[in-house]
Amino acid sequence: MKSHGTAAPGQVNRGNWLAALAKRLGLSGRGAVIAIPYIWLLLFFAVPFAFVLKISFSEALIARPPYAPLLQWGEEAYLTIQMNFGNFLFLLEDDLYWIAYLNSSKIALISTLFCLLLGYPMAYGMARARPSTRNLLLMLVILPFWTSFLLRVYAWIGILKNNGPINNLLIALGVIDEPLVMMQTDFAVYIGIVYSYLPFMILPLYANLERLDMTLLEAAADLGCRPFKAFLSITLPLSLPGIVAGSMLVFIPAVGEFIIPALLGGPDTLMIGRVLWDEFFANRDWPVASAVAIAVLILLVVPIMIFQRFQARESGAAS
Amino acid sequence: MNSQRSTFLVTCLAFGFAFLYLPILSLIVYSFNASKLVTVWAGFSTKWYGALLHNEQILQAAWLSVRIAVVNASFAVCLGTLAGFVLARMGRFRGRTLLSGMTTAPLVMPDVITGLSLLLLFVAMGDMIGWPQGRGVTTITIAHITFSMAYVAVIIQSRLSNMDESIEEAALDLGARPAKVFFVITLPIISPALISGWLLAFTMSLDDLVIASFVSGPGSSTLPMVIFSKVRLGVSPEINALATIIVLLVAVGIIASSIILNQVEKRRKRDMHMAMNANG
Repeated sequence: MKSHGTAAPGQVNRGNWLAALAKRLGLSGRGAVIAIPYIWLLLFFAVPFAFVLKISFSEALIARPPYAPLLQWGEEAYLTIQMNFGNFLFLLEDDLYWIAYLNSSKIALISTLFCLLLGYPMAYGMARARPSTRNLLLMLVILPFWTSFLLRVYAWIGILKNNGPINNLLIALGVIDEPLVMMQTDFAVYIGIVYSYLPFMILPLYANLERLDMTLLEAAADLGCRPFKAFLSITLPLSLPGIVAGSMLVFIPAVGEFIIPALLGGPDTLMIGRVLWDEFFANRDWPVASAVAIAVLILLVVPIMIFQRFQARESGAAS
Repeated sequence: MNSQRSTFLVTCLAFGFAFLYLPILSLIVYSFNASKLVTVWAGFSTKWYGALLHNEQILQAAWLSVRIAVVNASFAVCLGTLAGFVLARMGRFRGRTLLSGMTTAPLVMPDVITGLSLLLLFVAMGDMIGWPQGRGVTTITIAHITFSMAYVAVIIQSRLSNMDESIEEAALDLGARPAKVFFVITLPIISPALISGWLLAFTMSLDDLVIASFVSGPGSSTLPMVIFSKVRLGVSPEINALATIIVLLVAVGIIASSIILNQVEKRRKRDMHMAMNANG
């Protein structure tokens, strides 16, 4: 208690006593600082997955909560564990889940590709712009990210409708006679995902490309390398971390996306996030919803680990 | 060759930004359309803004969402700053990998999974320890703090990693206690990051539909939940008006805060420069 040098002796003693108690409990200041966020995240982020796993193995009941307990006191007062793989067998047998599972992966993968194709030249153009323009462009990319995701997806309903501006324009120009059906199709879902997640692709790519050492490209040019070849053999490989980070930031949430298929997709646009939602809210089948969640997590565990490795390296490299 | 390339890049940028902004622009234009049929232009009108101001359901939901967002952002900044500080400054300790994993996973975890898992936790906790009793504002706020603190932690961690540690070390060498160094030196330096973290947590909470739907109870419908139930039935001119208001507020907020933060940063750099020169 250096800073309280003028305090009364009693207070110093009390401080020491408290410090001693804390030490006895194994609590240093450092420990407490680590413990607070740690405990919060353990309790509200990690532990809940254990409950998802537990309930995915239990049986559905019409009760509150609507699932059977996993641990039960048997008739002769010993603990029995009722493991029930029925929910997972159900997922395996029903085509609906397979189709949703594969369809979500396909839609997420293709959307990620389109985000990359559109986002890469944008990030590259931003990184090559004059510094003053660069900040403005960066703000323009970030701005939509701050406005409501839900409302931005909703905006596309008005645009893609049968009597929306795109159809009206095409009919007025005489390109088509009948309006194109775009709403409630997979096409609308692709548009929605690429639109909503494009900033997530651009930002890591931009952060990476902005740091690119331009002298490497100059050296290549001096040695007679064509710009396109220099791009392929220097810029592209060096920006690989940005590509991976951006792709993971798009792909992982897109697989479990609910809002976009619910608002823009048709009844036959099966995506796993929507299936999970319906199992939970419409069918009130918590165990099957949990089993679906576990299945999605199994699909996503490798991408999430790749993303985390990248994040850890980024924050390590910066320090 | 070079000019060809820059034409290509400029075209891409123009197309990309048109793609990002035209839908938002269309919402704003349609919000002033007199016709209820959103796609038929029937003259300029502000009647949907009037209708919005008299829609009790939307106003109540908006007020609830703002209250949740403020509480959420404040807690998320405290917890997220601690997490970011621990990851950036505490070196190695047992379980560091797990902590860093738990702060990055929420950034990409699909909302439906986070929502379902938190709901199951709350139900189980309610059974075991009797808390939380039922679901509502408290459970939504806890859920929001959990995912938005992860965003704050990432912002703070990257800010601290890019920050010069020598000032903190100097203060420690001169005998300041670690807590004092944190509050008197570290926090003021990273205050712009704290503000952007708070704003980010605020908007993430205001925007969340999926997680809130899982962990909310009867009578606690947040704004996104009300919007979603309306737009599921199709386009609604009142929602266009609401979207316009939100977009304008966000645009003004972002531009104002970036100007202020820019000035703060400039002044800080100038002060640092002067301090260095005075010493040298």
